[in-house]
Amino acid sequence: MNSLLNWLDDRTGFKALMHEALYERVPGGARWRYVWGSTLVFTFSVQLVTGLFLWMSYSPSSQTAWESVYYLQHEMLFGWLLRGVHHFTAQAMIVLLVLHLWQVIIDGAYKAPREVNFWLGLILMQIVLGLSLTGYLLPWDQKGYWATKVATNIAGITPLVGEQVQALAVGGPNYGHYTLTRFFALHAGLLPALLVAFLALHIYVFRRHGITVPDPIHKPDTTFWPDQVLKDAVACLAVLATVLTLCLLHGAGPHGGAELGAPADPTENYSAARPEWYFLFLFQFLKYFPGESEIIGAMVIPGAIMGVLALMPLIGRWKLGHGFNVAFMFGIMIGIGFLTFLAVKEDRANADYNFAVADANQKAERVVELAKIQGIGPAGAVQLLRDDPKTRGAALFKVKCASCHRYDDHDGTGRKPTEAATAADLGNFGTRDWIRGVLTDPAGPKHFGPTKNSPEVGDRFTKGQMAEWVEENITSKKVTEEELDAVVEFLASLGERKDAGKLDADKVAKGKNFFGLGSDAVSGTCYDCHLMKVADDPDGAFSDASAQIATGAPDLTGYGSAQWLHEFIAKPGSKKFYGSHNAMQEFAGSLTDREIDLIVKWLLHDWPEPENATK
Amino acid sequence: MSQPPIPETGRPEPDVFSPIEPRRGFMTQLTAVVVGGLVGIFPAAVGLATFLNPLRKSAKQRQMPEGSDTEGYYRVTTLESLSAIPQAFKIIADRKDAWNTFPKDAIGAVFLSRSGSSEVRAFNVTCPHAGCAVDYKAAKGAYHCPCHNSSFAADGKRDPKSPSARDLDSLPVKIDVNGAVWVKYQDFKTGDKEKKPA
Repeated sequence: MNSLLNWLDDRTGFKALMHEALYERVPGGARWRYVWGSTLVFTFSVQLVTGLFLWMSYSPSSQTAWESVYYLQHEMLFGWLLRGVHHFTAQAMIVLLVLHLWQVIIDGAYKAPREVNFWLGLILMQIVLGLSLTGYLLPWDQKGYWATKVATNIAGITPLVGEQVQALAVGGPNYGHYTLTRFFALHAGLLPALLVAFLALHIYVFRRHGITVPDPIHKPDTTFWPDQVLKDAVACLAVLATVLTLCLLHGAGPHGGAELGAPADPTENYSAARPEWYFLFLFQFLKYFPGESEIIGAMVIPGAIMGVLALMPLIGRWKLGHGFNVAFMFGIMIGIGFLTFLAVKEDRANADYNFAVADANQKAERVVELAKIQGIGPAGAVQLLRDDPKTRGAALFKVKCASCHRYDDHDGTGRKPTEAATAADLGNFGTRDWIRGVLTDPAGPKHFGPTKNSPEVGDRFTKGQMAEWVEENITSKKVTEEELDAVVEFLASLGERKDAGKLDADKVAKGKNFFGLGSDAVSGTCYDCHLMKVADDPDGAFSDASAQIATGAPDLTGYGSAQWLHEFIAKPGSKKFYGSHNAMQEFAGSLTDREIDLIVKWLLHDWPEPENATK
Repeated sequence: MSQPPIPETGRPEPDVFSPIEPRRGFMTQLTAVVVGGLVGIFPAAVGLATFLNPLRKSAKQRQMPEGSDTEGYYRVTTLESLSAIPQAFKIIADRKDAWNTFPKDAIGAVFLSRSGSSEVRAFNVTCPHAGCAVDYKAAKGAYHCPCHNSSFAADGKRDPKSPSARDLDSLPVKIDVNGAVWVKYQDFKTGDKEKKPA
């Protein structure tokens, strides 16, 4: 063994190199305060290793980036942990970097002869920030997409070359495949290579000048190995433990670790867009620069601060220079801390933002659910959400319907509008409860009641013929409870609510008969006003179709079915529905058929659910 | 590593080394190696776990295409459209590729030919030698592999001079009452004398 090592040493000189690496003198003994640089090297190594494995599972394109990350997170063994370690180590790296910089400034380690190394350190800081910025986009989720859009738009205001810089970063006129391939090449190729090169220089120059020792007589001198190595290793262990703790605090398993939002959708506004927490101060800072002065906040001031940092070795030569540098650094840190605090505080108090975050979380969970139920098609996961009645139907309801209607008292997405409704609450549309409500209290708050809040409609519905008929026949109990039950069952049988449960065939038949023929006690039948086509009419209840007298009494054939609802939403004012009585906007022109279908399916609770959830 | 090597730099060794107790030095070194090793190995181990994911049984199973009947047969064509001359047909099923599902996509191909009035012969198009797709040469009445020149007779028997170690992989066929031809499509390990499911 020994002779083999000697042979190798003779050919390579590795022993001298090892000696150089391990037996660097540490004057004044090994100390905990020297560990920061080593922890940074460690975090970078962790990023290299985990990044390489992430790379093996990642596919940079706008139809596969989110999808491949989803697959890693949810399907691959410990994929969530790999992502989590990479994500939180990146954050730890930023913190350690700041601590390292602090220490260098406080100890005056930037002074001669270490100026160049200080500058190398500042370059390394820029590279690390660049890595963080490019990495944020790669999962191609809503958060990364919108935050990167903001970042590149800010780059776009650079004087003279802004447009070109932005075009080069984005890779084309739109954010898409080329943005991802470019960011990925920067994140996994160019920036790490630069980091390795500058880190090598940084360590080389550091070794050349040695540790900046505040008090060399602290303890007897020692060497890097093993005393300082042990301290460094323990510090790295602490860093790793912190990273793991952060990761596990966000949950163990595929739903934990690093967050994965819903897939990026340029057509879906994302009001929860925020940069990573360590860039929040810049985000907050920009709020104070109105109009064209943005460039002052985005570039001039941050540039000036970086400029002062770079000049610190020169400033430090003056008598009061070191004091200035330390004060400047603390000033900046306090400023950054304060701005970050303000950003968080403002967001916490912002109901719109909190709602957007909750909505984003819900979509992120839903898309994973859909991916598991349906698989992801060639168009990518974004299509799953676009085609999902549960989320998309609700969002469309909010935009198109909730200015008049309500859904269980909210706007479809869970928020309560402040203004009064002017149309029915459709939360239980088509259910037995809904139908019973129409029949017992048509002018009630869940049905036509709110229409009187609209001055144009007034009491057209609340005191209309239906309300009168109900007053005369149902309120006065001329219609028996059994008849009411039966007609409710019959109408419920026409709808397509997935949650309707089992129908009572006997009741349906009785209700159908009552709908057509009424009873001796009641004045007029349902069929006198409402058209109804039935396939099977054994009692001849629907033979006389001449009696459609009431204007505005909707055709109830297939009432509450997807087709009925679709036609109704498209043209509520057609003769088939409310005719001249109509007060609702028609949507045939402002919504596509697909969009109407999404709203209809959502109203009827017709959306994919995981199998175990429906049982 | 139990004692510091002799310096070769010509720099005088700091005299701090002499007072260090060897035992304490050894413990420090051991702890440094253990702790350093631990923090170094952990991220690599996590990455390695995801890298090894394809070896998991469940990961293999999940890649199986869907769209067959309960016995694993796929509907391919009708008996009427077949003759004694082998024709290649695609097997259509829901194809899965990692995160993607491609509905009704080609998952593989078979050669089908009639060997009797209502008997059908089916071969996987994959050459059992190294996995290229074989062609049927009607003029020679034989299957031929374009990669390493393996040759198989119309009944799938290998030409003895072929690099392929076994005959073409035949597949079970059934014909339903409507005259539809169903094939139990399956891939087999290549390069082996025995026919084993891939």
